[in-house]
Amino acid sequence: MLKIVNVSKTFNPNTVNEKKALSDLNLHVNEGDFITIIGGNGAGKSTLMNMVAGVYPIDCGHIYLDNVEISLLKEYQRASYIGRVFQDPMLGTAADMEIQENLAMANRRGKSRGLRWGISAKEKTEFREVLKRLGLGLEDRMTTKVGLLSGGQRQALTLLMATMIKPKILLLDEHTAALDPRTARKVLQLTKEIVEQDKLTALMVTHNMQDAIDIGNRLIMMHEGRIIYDVSNEEKKNLTVADLLVKFEEASGDKFTNDRMMLG
Amino acid sequence: MAIVLAMQGALSQGVLWGIMALGIYITFRILDFADLTVDGSFSTGGAICAVCVINGVDPVLAVLFASIGGAIAGFVTGFLHTKCEIPAILAGILTQIGLYSINLRIMGRSNTPLLQTTTMFKELALKTNLSANWVALIIGMVFTIVIVAILYWFFGTEIGSAIRATGNNEQMVRALNVNTNTTKILGLMISNALVALSGALVTQHQGYADIKMGIGAIVIGLASIVIGEVISGGKGSFAFRLSCVVAGSVIYRLIVAIVLQMGMNTDDLKLLTAILVAVALTVPVMLAKRKQLSNYKKLTKEGDNKSC
Repeated sequence: MLKIVNVSKTFNPNTVNEKKALSDLNLHVNEGDFITIIGGNGAGKSTLMNMVAGVYPIDCGHIYLDNVEISLLKEYQRASYIGRVFQDPMLGTAADMEIQENLAMANRRGKSRGLRWGISAKEKTEFREVLKRLGLGLEDRMTTKVGLLSGGQRQALTLLMATMIKPKILLLDEHTAALDPRTARKVLQLTKEIVEQDKLTALMVTHNMQDAIDIGNRLIMMHEGRIIYDVSNEEKKNLTVADLLVKFEEASGDKFTNDRMMLG
Repeated sequence: MAIVLAMQGALSQGVLWGIMALGIYITFRILDFADLTVDGSFSTGGAICAVCVINGVDPVLAVLFASIGGAIAGFVTGFLHTKCEIPAILAGILTQIGLYSINLRIMGRSNTPLLQTTTMFKELALKTNLSANWVALIIGMVFTIVIVAILYWFFGTEIGSAIRATGNNEQMVRALNVNTNTTKILGLMISNALVALSGALVTQHQGYADIKMGIGAIVIGLASIVIGEVISGGKGSFAFRLSCVVAGSVIYRLIVAIVLQMGMNTDDLKLLTAILVAVALTVPVMLAKRKQLSNYKKLTKEGDNKSC
């Protein structure tokens, strides 16, 4: 499905701020994998997501999606196959446009845009149904400007938009980190439902170790731009947060001192 | 009587220049791009139109050619900004300065009078026997209504929505598989096509094209937009907001006509316009700050009283 081969990325090379974000990273994502990614700050989790999405060019290596090399495609070109939800709820939606207009934009991902009207009557009825899935009552506020919604509502909407046209891969970059615990729970539950029902392949970065263990079928841990631990299925289900901490110390030869990672 | 005539003149001028304000609205408000190409492309529109008309091209067709010239100017700015990654304001200034020479090349001199040739305005005046101001108003209104209708339609289409979303949240539209370079260039082309169209109409109306006719056009356009937003309050449908921009342009001309009637020196007009725009852009900020402060005082006072 998604194959990452020997990918490296260094930010600010040859300066004092040089930062090796990914070094010789290899990852093979199978069809239907729901992978949670954990690791300390600066481990390269977000960089990995951004490299797949094409936000910055990679220094070297190959990225294949469905056996097609996408390493040199531009961000907007790759977006035909990739659904994304960002950490910042403000980033995934256009505030001055209506809920239904945002959905209509997302409904054209991967299709050519022409001079047809931006939203059709048929779509409006479809969107009503899709919005009901969120259980937030947004189906009755379809002409509301998105800027008036709360962060949680916007994030739920972004999730819907990212998966509306079935993506070959869904990238979730700490998409619940900016929400309060209750809303975060709800958005996470929704994520699980959507990924399971639509049989999506997904990568999810999280700082919550318990979530990382509970959700998905595979877990990878990153450290200093490398994958230091990769575990699937039964073995993953039997993990505990304590196991992960031990694993981290083993693999990195480092004490786990990051507060955010400790929150389980 | 003089004042009535001046008002009529202001009305028709306001409508003709209002089309330019619509063009600026597209970049400034929809695309969130401060485009300074305008001062050059307005004159380009006038220059192309004047040269076409003198060489026997139909006046309506001349307006079309002028718009195409403006669209090309917009493309250049867009290209400089997106492909060469030059900051928006600088990209606009570069095109604007380049256009100064190009406009002189188009006309072959700095001023091209249309005394001997026919224009849309002269033709309609002959056919209808109406006064020059009425003719200008009618032609201006016809163009404005058609353009507002087209813009209303276009910005509702898929491509139009993508342009609006680009001004709103670039990261989002890129993630939804939209090439933001294309949408920006397209927005700039449409915008400058309208600006040049307005320049062409103004040229035919005043009976000459001048290399300096576009100087300060951007500020006049911004003045029209901010006045228009005071009228609309930033609310209402898209078509209504566009109409308010044209209305803003008319009101701007009325203000100018009034201060000139009151004896102001025409040399001071540009300063007046600049101050007008600066004040209009400042007022909402000051109001918001005052509101925030008064709310703070109110809430703090309530809190203090409770704890006492």
